[in-house]
Amino acid sequence: MTSKLFPYSPAPESQAIVNIASSYGLFIGGEFVEPDDGETFKTINPASEEVLAEISEAGPRDIDRAVAAARKAFDGVWGSMSGKERAKYLFRIARIIQERSRELAVLESLDNGKPIKESRDVDLPLVAAHFFYYAGWADKLEHAGFGANPKPIGVAAQVIPWNFPLMMLAWKIAPALACGNTVVLKPAETTPLTALVFAEICQQAGLPAGVVNIVTGAGETGKMLVGHEGVDKVAFTGSTEVGRAIAKTLAGSRKRLSLELGGKAANIVFDDAPIDEAVEGIVGGIFFNQGHVCCAGSRLLVQESVADEVLDRLRRRMSTLRLGDPLDKNTDVGAINSYEQLARIRELSDIGEAEGAERWSPACELPERGFWFPPTIFTGVTQAHRIAREEIFGPVLSVLTFRTPDEAIEKANNTPYGLSAGVWTDKGSRILWTADRLRAGVVWANTFNKFDPASPFGGYKESGFGREGGRHGLEAYLAKGK
Amino acid sequence: MRAKKTDETDRIGVRKTYKLYIGGAFPRSESGRTYPVGDSHGDFAANAALASRKDARDAVVAARAAFGGWSRATAYNRGQVLYRVAEVMEGRRDQFATEVHNAEGGKPDAAAAAVDAAIDRVVWYAGWTDKVAQVVGAANPVAGPFFDFSVPEPTGIVAIVAPATSSLLGLVSVLMPVIATGNTTVVLASELRPLPAITLTEALATSDLPGGVVNMLTGKVAEVAPWLASHADVNGLDLTGAPLALWRDLEIAAADNLKRVRRPDDVEPDWSRDPGTDRLTTFLETKTVWHPLGV
Amino acid sequence: MTLTTSAIPTDVASSDSALRRFLHGLPGVDQVGAEARAAALSTRSIKTEAKRWAIDTAISMIDLTTLEGQDTHGKVRALCAKGIRPDPGDASCPSVAAICVYPDLVPTAKEYLGDSGVKVASVATSFPSGRAALSVKLADVRDAVANGADEIDMVIDRGAFLEGHYLDVYDEIVQVKAACKDAHLKVILETGELATYDNVKRASWLAMIAGGDFIKTSTGKVHPAATLPVTLVMLQAVRDFRDTTGRQVGVKPAGGIRTTKDAMRYLVLVSETVGDDWLSPDWFRLGASSLLNDLLLQRQKMATGHYSGPDYVTID
Repeated sequence: MTSKLFPYSPAPESQAIVNIASSYGLFIGGEFVEPDDGETFKTINPASEEVLAEISEAGPRDIDRAVAAARKAFDGVWGSMSGKERAKYLFRIARIIQERSRELAVLESLDNGKPIKESRDVDLPLVAAHFFYYAGWADKLEHAGFGANPKPIGVAAQVIPWNFPLMMLAWKIAPALACGNTVVLKPAETTPLTALVFAEICQQAGLPAGVVNIVTGAGETGKMLVGHEGVDKVAFTGSTEVGRAIAKTLAGSRKRLSLELGGKAANIVFDDAPIDEAVEGIVGGIFFNQGHVCCAGSRLLVQESVADEVLDRLRRRMSTLRLGDPLDKNTDVGAINSYEQLARIRELSDIGEAEGAERWSPACELPERGFWFPPTIFTGVTQAHRIAREEIFGPVLSVLTFRTPDEAIEKANNTPYGLSAGVWTDKGSRILWTADRLRAGVVWANTFNKFDPASPFGGYKESGFGREGGRHGLEAYLAKGK
Repeated sequence: MRAKKTDETDRIGVRKTYKLYIGGAFPRSESGRTYPVGDSHGDFAANAALASRKDARDAVVAARAAFGGWSRATAYNRGQVLYRVAEVMEGRRDQFATEVHNAEGGKPDAAAAAVDAAIDRVVWYAGWTDKVAQVVGAANPVAGPFFDFSVPEPTGIVAIVAPATSSLLGLVSVLMPVIATGNTTVVLASELRPLPAITLTEALATSDLPGGVVNMLTGKVAEVAPWLASHADVNGLDLTGAPLALWRDLEIAAADNLKRVRRPDDVEPDWSRDPGTDRLTTFLETKTVWHPLGV
Repeated sequence: MTLTTSAIPTDVASSDSALRRFLHGLPGVDQVGAEARAAALSTRSIKTEAKRWAIDTAISMIDLTTLEGQDTHGKVRALCAKGIRPDPGDASCPSVAAICVYPDLVPTAKEYLGDSGVKVASVATSFPSGRAALSVKLADVRDAVANGADEIDMVIDRGAFLEGHYLDVYDEIVQVKAACKDAHLKVILETGELATYDNVKRASWLAMIAGGDFIKTSTGKVHPAATLPVTLVMLQAVRDFRDTTGRQVGVKPAGGIRTTKDAMRYLVLVSETVGDDWLSPDWFRLGASSLLNDLLLQRQKMATGHYSGPDYVTID
């Protein structure tokens, strides 16, 4: 239904604001250094497949160096610094992120493929807010309810995914530093650039050397980092499969672990829902960030009495989604982050069709270069279909129906995951009744995909353990029983 | 004193007129009165505005007008604003140190340390805005099919008699916790040492703090405080800086509309100590909400 | 209550309770969600060709309005001249849709506008409060129509609406519609007094069921006047009403729309909520006065490449 009368002209955000180096070293001990074994890989713009920069691949000796730098900073300065002073460094970082937020937003969209509208209006404000929030905790830890004399754990190894590169960095680094830990963080191999600019921000903030170390690389690098004997704490966000492997690696050790893994959230629409807002919530729930969201509302559970009307409205609304250049300010749906991810989305979508579900996408022209997948819904999906059970991590919605509230709860909970859920109804008591029965770490009522640094986030069951954000987010970075 | 310093050169200094701070503006007292303020040696420093009961009345009107916006602003926004206050104060660090030293005497280093502590205290409270509800709020496990939770909310307009001795650190220590939680205020500055308070309001006025959230009066505590204590549109009264001789009468006046009263200490507290959360929760109400769970 | 916007019952206007059952059976509007949607659409970036089109379209949709106690024949004539030819230096600039005046000034406007194509709209029904006897309101309408008004902007009885006397509101619109004869009827909901989006939605349906050709947000005399979320809710209502009945109803936000940016946000709202079918002066109007000059300044900027100033547009 894109307008013929009023087609928006291209409105690209300027790339002039970012200055990408041709190659990047590792950030260890407060400076950029060359990797010991000299291996590199390339990071590309998924919307054009153009190479953005050459990135260092950290090997075992690099991980040794990074962990040693973090240990030195922990023992020498950060672990014993007063919370009041730590807070000021974190406030500085928050402020510099605000100052450089447009640059970081453009860079994020270039490296990740997400629409500039989202990196500008969602990711970056949340990143800055997260540092602000935890800056405030640094000198208030004794008020957080985790004992009278809270202490840091030590060196934290942190591995983050590619879907919200800088935001996941903030969720990891801000609470760790606020509590007095030092960190070695590995960004995803397809989206390392904003983490490397963040390293520069640490320099601008005058953060003591070694408090934050950034090592780039792929799965092997991550494996070496989380398995390194010099780390005291591991925090991982990513797939359930890798999370399970990390849990096994750490078994029998004293290392602390927090995991934020996959999801298959049910978005439950009751027959008395505010319908237009519910449709917005369904759209935002699954098409926000191309569905590359662990808490995405990927299963729509709609009450049968209104299913047809909701779906009619959903299809009409989907027809207005604008897919294309992530840097265009009017783009709603950007590029899929990598060829590998695109292949997985295609594979599972094909399976959905093969298993008998009905596939629908709005008329939607895909750019020739880059990785793209149209917003897609599957109707006629049952609990037995793989697209109702497996995380697709793409712009693909599976639609199921229910007749009674109990049936909605049963279906919603019938999954190994338990990260998030949505409920739509005009009746307050039904919201709370539903929330009470959902086995999920976050329940959104008449809204979806809302995040705030003050609000804890994390999953039940195979969606992981530990919480990020809020007062609860401190617990993962404070020593136990000391 | 700056005046003397300037006299050492040939240049004649330009002196500042110290006025009141009401509703984001800097008016003189409506009464047209001033009183001479001395430095720590007793030499003349400046003429400060001598606020009247009508100035107090205007300040309460301004505080009430600002209450809706400030109390409903997100906690995050309030934190940002207070942090901005700290940033602006840091830029005036030397000016504050000079003024505090002039007002309080002692060693210049001690004055500078008090200013540093004052700035850090603003940062401390900036960080509390979005955490206080998480520390003192609760989900209450009532025995029934109800979701029941308690949240703190600001009391309203709080009149503060600022500490008499500590002209900046003491002032900041009583003021910031009250506005951090969303109250708006009318502050009666230290009677003998009001000048750093007025300079503080210049920092507040340039820090995105909405006009009327803080209203600063200079003058005689014995003259103005009773009007604030008895004012029916004032909800809280912080008597930290009130002379002990006035305490009982002020508390009696405050009882008419059951103001929340913070009593004065026997001696002025040591403001360099860890402030804790005590002052943060003094002017908070607790609201508990019951909601059924049912399909 | 269900989501289904089922067909309107034939006896919907048989009583207050029948109307209440229908209007209160419409799906609710979530305030936070509706406002978030309007805010999201307001971040659309309209550049170059799209902006040129939007500026000219917005000009052509304006109901150029003067509704002051101090209005004179001279003021109305000046406004008519401006409406026909908003930019005297540029013949390519479109005329506005209509000139909107009080009933007693309709003859002056009609005489000046002649066959220019610019319509005469008149407020009526004891605008803006609507607090008069029905007979007085109907006389007001007949008077304006007799004087040559092409369009009548009536106000609903907000008091009756808030009392739940929906039938009174309905009957009044029906009678005004009859008194309009061939004139188009715009029904002003005065959304600023209805207070909730649920009420805006119900009043929109009530006005459409009663026969209004347009639903209009505001008189411009009450704050808040038009807002993006209110207009969003009304656009959703006309969309759903057409889906249900097949009849298309226009929408007119009025009051508080002052800048080109404002106007473009409304056009984006129309485009992405109800689509091209409403993107014309026949189905969407902007009730405004100072907006026109800002559109002209922006238009000149697009034409010359440099910023213009208030000395380069006419003041009326």
